[in-house]
Amino acid sequence: MLALIAYLALLTFVLGFGWRIWTYWRSPAPLKIPTTPAPVCKSGVVWRLFTEVAFFNSLFKGNKWTWLGGYLFHAALALVLIRHLRYFVQPLPEAFAYIQIAGIVAGLAMVGGLGFLLVRRFWVDRTRYISSFADYAILVLLLAIGISGLLMQFVFRPDIVEIKSAMLGWVTFQGFSTPEDALFVVHFLLVLVLMVIFPFSKLMHLGGIFFSPTRNQVDNPREQKHVNPWAVAE
Amino acid sequence: MAHLRPYPAAEKHMTPLDFPGTRVENWQQKGIEKLGEMLHKYRSLQVYMDICVKCGACADKCHYYLGTGDPNNMPVQRAELLRSVYRRYFTPAGKLFPKLVRATDFDETALQKWFTYFHQCSQCRRCSVFCPYGIDTAEISMAAREIMDAIGVGHKYTTEIVGKVHAIGNNLGIPGPALTGTLQFLEDDLLDNTGHEIRLPLDQEGADVLLVAPSADFFSEPHISSLMGYAKVFHQAGISFTISSFASEAANFGMFIGSFAQKQKIAKRIADKARELRVKRIVVGECGHAWRVAYSFWNTLNGPFDFLDPNYPVPQHICEFTHQLNERGALVFDKEANDDLTVTFHDSCNVARASRMGPSAGGQFEIPRALIRATTNKFVEMDADTIRERTFCCGGGGGLLTDELMDLRVRGVLPRITALKRVMEEDGVNYVALICAICKAQFNKMFPMYGIPMEAVGGVHALVNNAIQIGAKRGIV
Ligand code: SF4
Ligand code: SF4
Ligand code: SF4
Repeated sequence: MLALIAYLALLTFVLGFGWRIWTYWRSPAPLKIPTTPAPVCKSGVVWRLFTEVAFFNSLFKGNKWTWLGGYLFHAALALVLIRHLRYFVQPLPEAFAYIQIAGIVAGLAMVGGLGFLLVRRFWVDRTRYISSFADYAILVLLLAIGISGLLMQFVFRPDIVEIKSAMLGWVTFQGFSTPEDALFVVHFLLVLVLMVIFPFSKLMHLGGIFFSPTRNQVDNPREQKHVNPWAVAE
Repeated sequence: MAHLRPYPAAEKHMTPLDFPGTRVENWQQKGIEKLGEMLHKYRSLQVYMDICVKCGACADKCHYYLGTGDPNNMPVQRAELLRSVYRRYFTPAGKLFPKLVRATDFDETALQKWFTYFHQCSQCRRCSVFCPYGIDTAEISMAAREIMDAIGVGHKYTTEIVGKVHAIGNNLGIPGPALTGTLQFLEDDLLDNTGHEIRLPLDQEGADVLLVAPSADFFSEPHISSLMGYAKVFHQAGISFTISSFASEAANFGMFIGSFAQKQKIAKRIADKARELRVKRIVVGECGHAWRVAYSFWNTLNGPFDFLDPNYPVPQHICEFTHQLNERGALVFDKEANDDLTVTFHDSCNVARASRMGPSAGGQFEIPRALIRATTNKFVEMDADTIRERTFCCGGGGGLLTDELMDLRVRGVLPRITALKRVMEEDGVNYVALICAICKAQFNKMFPMYGIPMEAVGGVHALVNNAIQIGAKRGIV
């Protein structure tokens, strides 16, 4: 049963994500609209996007506290995800031993960052005003995932061997039977929910940022004619 | 709610632009269809509808929000007015659970909010600088305006002006004979003041340069001194130029109504005239939004401009033009002529955030400043948070420079005034130099309301006009 849900969720995530990216890809950018400071060459654009993704440059300019919470959460999430690879890879490369601790600390940082973002969203008048149920729900979902994960790490230690074999079965498409541990099942189910809503929510910012014309365009409209594919030919 | 909402356009304003004269019968359905069409035409719109995480970083960046305190003027909330309709009709979540994701029907209430708040955005793009994904609310406002136009709900001020451009050639509706008269008058004036025959030629075939200035430069104060400044630079450099009576307007209000077709049509008459007059270069005067359209869009709209001299960028900004001449030693400035002024520079938003000058990034900040330094002795910068790419709009851009929006304009200018007052008090600044016709007109009107003399604003080329030495030719080319 769990296996079936897991495969449906995976399918929804992959197809949905692909469908959104395809939508962005195929919609044309009729005009040049990069925002200053705009690079005048391609490599400049690559660097710009890299700094946006790696350091949240613009957000840093915009709001230091949001940057702090957001950055903490995202950086920690990245580490946590890397650490989680240990449940999906067999045999395990030696390098994983070294990120074990970092991954666990990151788990705590991630929950901390999320908590901060949630409190901030509710506390600051401006963000409370713009927030819908969905905005809170996503934060709460992520928090629940993080907390259930931490509980498994620190309090109720489930049978990792059993879980790992289930996860390997999942990602190698060999099917798996539901592990015993209830906390794990909850954790896993929540992740599946996240995967399902991902393509239909603001979480698409993950892929969308690379398609943002104000950030990914080269500032060279005078040097090179930018062609609007749908303009009526004169 | 006085003077915060624009007048709707009447049939006579709408039909010349091929928009429905009055609100169409099935406007809800038509509006949603139009939105669907726009999503397929504009990647910006499609992506920005999806990926805002509502972090709120942009919320306090808009001068209209800072000035009015109205939450619908937070860029994210402004965009939400369109986004909530998008969600309702184009996303599974909005179709299934409209309440949970705040999706709303495109009904009368939604439309009224659109009309009010998408006309409280000057398309200045300040919000886009601070957004982690570069979400540009100007793009969203333009899209909303185009959708409203398509269902016959237009904005009087901007549509009326676009009509004038097509019929007469410029935004102010100045007919050819009046323009001839004014230029004649100004030439006489220049002769009296300098003793030199400085020309302002109209429709002169075979001139080297076509000068396209905002029409306010011909008639309004303080714009006129900039026009005289341009003329003196041309005269001194010995480069012949002409103004065109039919392309006597740099500004392109097609951008304000969001319409690609109108943008293209308005821009085309300049390209056509340049061909007809057989000029070698096109130089654009001090006009913020005009420079954005010229710099960023002309090539796409009506390019390539391969009939012009390949040695010069197309188009060229008058500041680039003058700066280049000065670098080459072709001009002589007497800085002392401006010694009664302590100058600060207001970066006009559409130049600052949407277009460039010169070959390197950020040239739009450096070149006008270099010109100010070349022509004055006392230059002071305002607070770093309010200049360059973080500059505040004057509060009158994006088609909002109209009397019925007076309250909005008064409040929207506040962040700029605050920064300005500080340098006035601390550094004795008494002159704001800038390169945008709208900013000039807006400040001119707003300054007295905030106890600042009306004369404290003018063009960068007004400084050039004061300082340039006529006659002392050094010879160039
Ligand atoms: S800064 Fe960008 S992502 Fe954040 S709320 Fe504003 S538009 Fe949305
Ligand atoms: S573009 Fe400018 S006026 Fe419009 S919402 Fe953004 S900051 Fe405000
Ligand atoms: S009027 Fe000037 S400052 Fe205001 S929007 Fe236009 S370019 Fe910007």
